[in-house]
Amino acid sequence: MASEKKEKKPIDLISLISNVLSEALSKYGEFELVLEDAIIEVDKLQITLQPSILRQMLAAAPPVEKVVERIEELIMTELEEPKMEWEGKVVEVKIGATKEEGGTRDRSFIVGGETMPPIYRLFGIKEAMPHPPVIAMDVFDMRISLPKAIRDHFDDVMDDPAEWAKKCVNKYGAEMINLHLVSTDPYIKDTPPSEAAKVVEEVLQAVKVPITVGGSGNPEKDPEVFKKVADVAEGERVILNSVNLDMNLDDLCSYLKDKDCVLIAFTPMNLDLARELNRKLFDYIPKERILMDTNTAGIGYGIEYGFTVMERARIAALKGDEELQQPIATGVTNAWASREAWLKMDPFWGPREIRGPLWETLTGLINLIAGADYIMIMHPLSLKTIKEFVNFIREGGEGKAEDIADWVSAKLG
Amino acid sequence: MAFAVKLVNMETRLEKCTPIVEEDKYKENYEKLKELLSPQVKELEIKSLKKSVKIGGEYVMLRHELTYINPTAIAVDVDDTMSREDLVKRIDFVEHFKFVYLGRELTLDLLAIRNVSGDPDKFKDTVKFVSENTSLPLVLCSLDPKAIDAALSVMPIPDALPLVYAATKDNWREMADIVLKYKVPLAVFSPGDLNMLVTLVNTLLKCGVEDLALDPGTFVGMNGLRYTLGAFTTLRWKACNDDYKLAGFPLIGTPITAWKTVDGDVKQKMWWETITAALLMARYADLLIMHSLEGWSYLPLVIWRFNLYTDPRRPVAVEPGLRIIGNPDEKSPIFVTGNYALTYSLVSMDIESGKVDCYLLITDTEGIAVECAVPGKKFLPENIAELLKSSGLENMVKHKVLVIPGKAARLSGDIEDATGWRVLVGPMDSKDIPKFVSEKWKPDVLKEILGDDVFKE
Repeated sequence: MASEKKEKKPIDLISLISNVLSEALSKYGEFELVLEDAIIEVDKLQITLQPSILRQMLAAAPPVEKVVERIEELIMTELEEPKMEWEGKVVEVKIGATKEEGGTRDRSFIVGGETMPPIYRLFGIKEAMPHPPVIAMDVFDMRISLPKAIRDHFDDVMDDPAEWAKKCVNKYGAEMINLHLVSTDPYIKDTPPSEAAKVVEEVLQAVKVPITVGGSGNPEKDPEVFKKVADVAEGERVILNSVNLDMNLDDLCSYLKDKDCVLIAFTPMNLDLARELNRKLFDYIPKERILMDTNTAGIGYGIEYGFTVMERARIAALKGDEELQQPIATGVTNAWASREAWLKMDPFWGPREIRGPLWETLTGLINLIAGADYIMIMHPLSLKTIKEFVNFIREGGEGKAEDIADWVSAKLG
Repeated sequence: MAFAVKLVNMETRLEKCTPIVEEDKYKENYEKLKELLSPQVKELEIKSLKKSVKIGGEYVMLRHELTYINPTAIAVDVDDTMSREDLVKRIDFVEHFKFVYLGRELTLDLLAIRNVSGDPDKFKDTVKFVSENTSLPLVLCSLDPKAIDAALSVMPIPDALPLVYAATKDNWREMADIVLKYKVPLAVFSPGDLNMLVTLVNTLLKCGVEDLALDPGTFVGMNGLRYTLGAFTTLRWKACNDDYKLAGFPLIGTPITAWKTVDGDVKQKMWWETITAALLMARYADLLIMHSLEGWSYLPLVIWRFNLYTDPRRPVAVEPGLRIIGNPDEKSPIFVTGNYALTYSLVSMDIESGKVDCYLLITDTEGIAVECAVPGKKFLPENIAELLKSSGLENMVKHKVLVIPGKAARLSGDIEDATGWRVLVGPMDSKDIPKFVSEKWKPDVLKEILGDDVFKE
């Protein structure tokens, strides 16, 4: 067989075209052959075609030449509901405690409880967002270097965390305070835990919203700070921000086991690590006291990693992965690391006073639609806009066609 | 086999395999494969004589399921009541918009011409003027078939293919006739009514119009933003997960409607226009039509788009080589890092914001972050040695010390052996570089650590 050499026959174009024509005729009853760039030698009636054109014709012919009946009436069709099956549910976590609940806060919040990704439904959002996400504003226990757009609002209170917290709540409407005890950093002021805890007490006195207390990010020092904070804030159900795999978790969690506090489990954009950390925490802490932070980056600064990891976590949770079913906390303030958020740029790009809050707002909203439940921000305009968005999504109407039907002909400013 | 793997990963196109396209005996298989590999969302081309923009062509709803394919195209509007001067101003803005990010130029894509005058002749004249004065592809926006017909008659079709916007429940029959005549793609607009949207798609397909894009209506704010985001999600879900052909087309968002529906001043309108655009980008929009003419409106959008459409399977890398930060002199430190784009931007920004003058050597880690590149054997001492030699640093500094990332500490001996330079282990996180330099980069401290005087003449 292999030795048998086939003689190469010249391609018979006429018969090839005839085949196509007859096939098309038999299929559609009618066929129109359009020749472009073709040279026709009339005396021999031979058709010479470039192979590429022949290919185009062969590929393009059938659908284009379909003969259709002229339709004058709309074919009424109904969109079927998407076929979605979600098996998992995000754990509900209560933050803060009122008098009735054993604390001194004016109100407490519940986050989580979702049984569907956010905004996956046209109408009715009970499954997708049973509780609105909670938005907290950052306060630091010492004056630190912050972008001008933020200093413009807080410069007068940056030396007094309690006043700072008050301004966030009373003037700007922060739902929670996110206090960072950065001064405890051994490389900054190395404030002892007992002294740092006093600031926590001051802030708890100054405002009546639930609070979150963060450390300095030092894995040796933070656990000591957190223990002290848990002691002084006992009963207030504060959030401790955050625990991670670099810490001695056995020691810390044994201590916090019976305290009334919530932990944020932080991992650096890696779901395997997020699962691992949650598993470790589950040994000591009830699920109802754990949030997870899968890490966030601003636009232009790795947002796609944070976004995708968060969305993957939430989808996995709703598909039933019990190791990822904790509500998601997100440090949207990381958006300010993007230089477009704070740098003075060519005037073409607009003032940084707009770019900054815009960057933070967009980063926050993008996180929100990926599944974030607890959002930490710094700028008043971000707070206002994200709140408005949540209101649009939860309470908003359906949209009236007449509002936008004529946008193509509308005179705009 | 290698080709097949690439094909399945959408890293090459079936047409690149010439035998299957050219040889008759493969025709049936070719058709089968074509059907099998065709995206869930149809790909449309909108083009001018000079530029082509592809929208749609998506396979998956979620980025991590594969990757997104064609970045959301951004169109800015002009209208037929604008003076020539205003038209040119807006055209120039879009044509010249450029932001360099990670070495790439981020730009805007299209012009959308709106028929505000209500006069087909005026629309035709404006379309003619704009198409002759821009390199960008066009979207022709009018619900009046006469205006669309007139406008198409002055365009160089089929060398240019504008998108016609739009067929509605009232004009679909005339619009179908026009796009069949000119063979141009057609948008379908059904604000707030998804049943009517798929009704129109179904009907238009039966009429033989196959290049469609869908606009379920962009409502901004309390009255309907929720509907809009839900509608986009529903349509893309149907296309990608339920294999529902009537939703398998590119989606068009029109944040420009913020200018009609948002109360307040111009800044308010632009603020919500930009926010709506960014959210629709995250929720599957393939084309956005905008009105703002401010750089800040588009800056986050083009960067977010670049981020979102980055292939999650492949890290973004920067060019390896030497970067000079600030005004370093012969006594300034040399830092070594990997070429993962985010690593690079973090490290260089931490150095810049800490006002450290130094040299930064970026070694090729194949776009992997240092912490993974070290165990993954991508942070290679021999690469660093070669880079050091080719950089000419030897003649630029009066010391022989490299500062490596704290996360690469265990390679310090190997790097010393490969380069013949002394290695100082830097901080674990680049944010601590400024502190590191102020504490460690002093002749006496260095002498203590490294045991000899590194600044010796």
